[in-house]
Amino acid sequence: MADEGLSVTRRPFRARLDGWLERHAQVCVGTLGRLYARPIATLLIWTVIGVALALPALLQVTVRNLEAAGPGQGRAYAIDVFLKPVLGVPQARQVADRLRERDDVARVELITAEEGLAEFRLRSGFGEALDALTDNPLPATLIISPSPNSTTPAALAHLRDALQALPEVDQVVADMQWAERLQALLAAAKRISNGAGLLLALAVLLVVGQVVRGDIETRRAEIEVSKLLGASDGFVRRPFLYTGFWYGFGGGMLALLLVLGAVAWVSPTVVRLAALYGSNFRMLGLPISGYLSLVASGAVLGWLGSGFAATWRLRQIEPGL
Amino acid sequence: MIRFETVTKRYANGREALAAASFHVSPGEMVFLTGHSGAGKSTLLKLVAAIERPTRGTVIINRQSVSALSRSAVAAFRRRIGMVFQDHKLLYDRPVFDNVALPLVVDGVSRREVDKRVRAALDQVGLLGRETGFPMELSTGEQQRVGIARAVVSRPTILIADEPTGNLDPDLAVDVMAIFQRFNAVGTTVLIATHDVHLIERFPVRRLHLGQGRVLRDEPAAALGDSHGG
Repeated sequence: MADEGLSVTRRPFRARLDGWLERHAQVCVGTLGRLYARPIATLLIWTVIGVALALPALLQVTVRNLEAAGPGQGRAYAIDVFLKPVLGVPQARQVADRLRERDDVARVELITAEEGLAEFRLRSGFGEALDALTDNPLPATLIISPSPNSTTPAALAHLRDALQALPEVDQVVADMQWAERLQALLAAAKRISNGAGLLLALAVLLVVGQVVRGDIETRRAEIEVSKLLGASDGFVRRPFLYTGFWYGFGGGMLALLLVLGAVAWVSPTVVRLAALYGSNFRMLGLPISGYLSLVASGAVLGWLGSGFAATWRLRQIEPGL
Repeated sequence: MIRFETVTKRYANGREALAAASFHVSPGEMVFLTGHSGAGKSTLLKLVAAIERPTRGTVIINRQSVSALSRSAVAAFRRRIGMVFQDHKLLYDRPVFDNVALPLVVDGVSRREVDKRVRAALDQVGLLGRETGFPMELSTGEQQRVGIARAVVSRPTILIADEPTGNLDPDLAVDVMAIFQRFNAVGTTVLIATHDVHLIERFPVRRLHLGQGRVLRDEPAAALGDSHGG
């Protein structure tokens, strides 16, 4: 009798597994039910987490679009090559054809002296003044678009030097600064996006932790009684972990909707802006994996935040008689 | 089953609740812990349930030293002990069924088994059919019986109760004690702290009389019966 007294009666493995699965399913659904029972509070928490997760994601979208719009659209890096005035149109065509064969050149547009003058006349409003000139003062011009994979500052400098070295070329105007600035801007934006992401992830952890701490206080009696009846730390912590998970998951879903909404909202204006630059650029969202990781990171952060808070707080709650 | 060897319990505030108390309770025994408030009854029960640990001495519950229990072992240890509290410690936002089921849920028993055993436990305390009610809808006596159902639902080998009849009128108190006796009759070791003199006299069981943290008198059940007879 004494021996069989307190010894733990082992249930078969299968029964224990069923019990375990059942408990988890119950807690998983039960915690969701609790959140549903107080919709305003839940929505507020989801919004806070959603916004915190959406901000770095939106920065990432911005960087992505800048990257795609800048280098992708060769015109942004167009190099103007002014040929020597003595060159006639056929010679200019030859130079253009030669340049088209280069790997780092995507497109060469020839503007002959006459075309240049006509355009200038049209745009400048100096038409009559130009009539007074006997000679065309404009040289033939080549507008060169570098190929998309030759838009790094170094590659552009190399192309510029090569062009400058041609005997037919009078002057090369390449806006190198633009390329360098864009690269630097992108690098900065990426850093800001990553830094903001880390900070806001920390914020999500703290928010979830604080909210779960509040949940623990409101259920203190239940926790104490459960511990008196032999509930393990894991058992007591479980509902709070699931609650944290739902907070994070819901926040992640909301962040996903925010990003999709923001892209849809901004997209038409970006398309119009691109059209003004003669580009048919379409705004990019996040890749599918980006959206998935947005939701996943929400869920993981929620789980971790509640895990830290609950582990720390629940250890302090010890029952008495 | 329950063995105290010169157990001293001193709280952080310096109060010595138990001073070298020694006794032994055999399996299947039913024992009253008596004494004035502050005599150390509650502390003794807390030590049995591993809610407190002895400052000195050894508390052995079924050959297991309470001092040696790790944090996680304490939880498993408590699942083998039924506890009844003076203030019931029910969860008032949960129906009776959930309250009684809690020890089984904590222990990971499957839903079907929980259903069966909760009904059986409620039947034993005469509350079958009240599963869906909430504790607040019940009388104090009924609430205490819910507390007892919860304490026995996991079929513990040791049942401890701290002033279980403290808030009950005499008739209800006798009912509650009768329930404890029934569990004792099927082999459960029962340890009840009480200062209810009338009750103690009605039930001829062993008494441990505490005072100033010591076991002042240990009166076996038989002797009690004799004194009533003569």
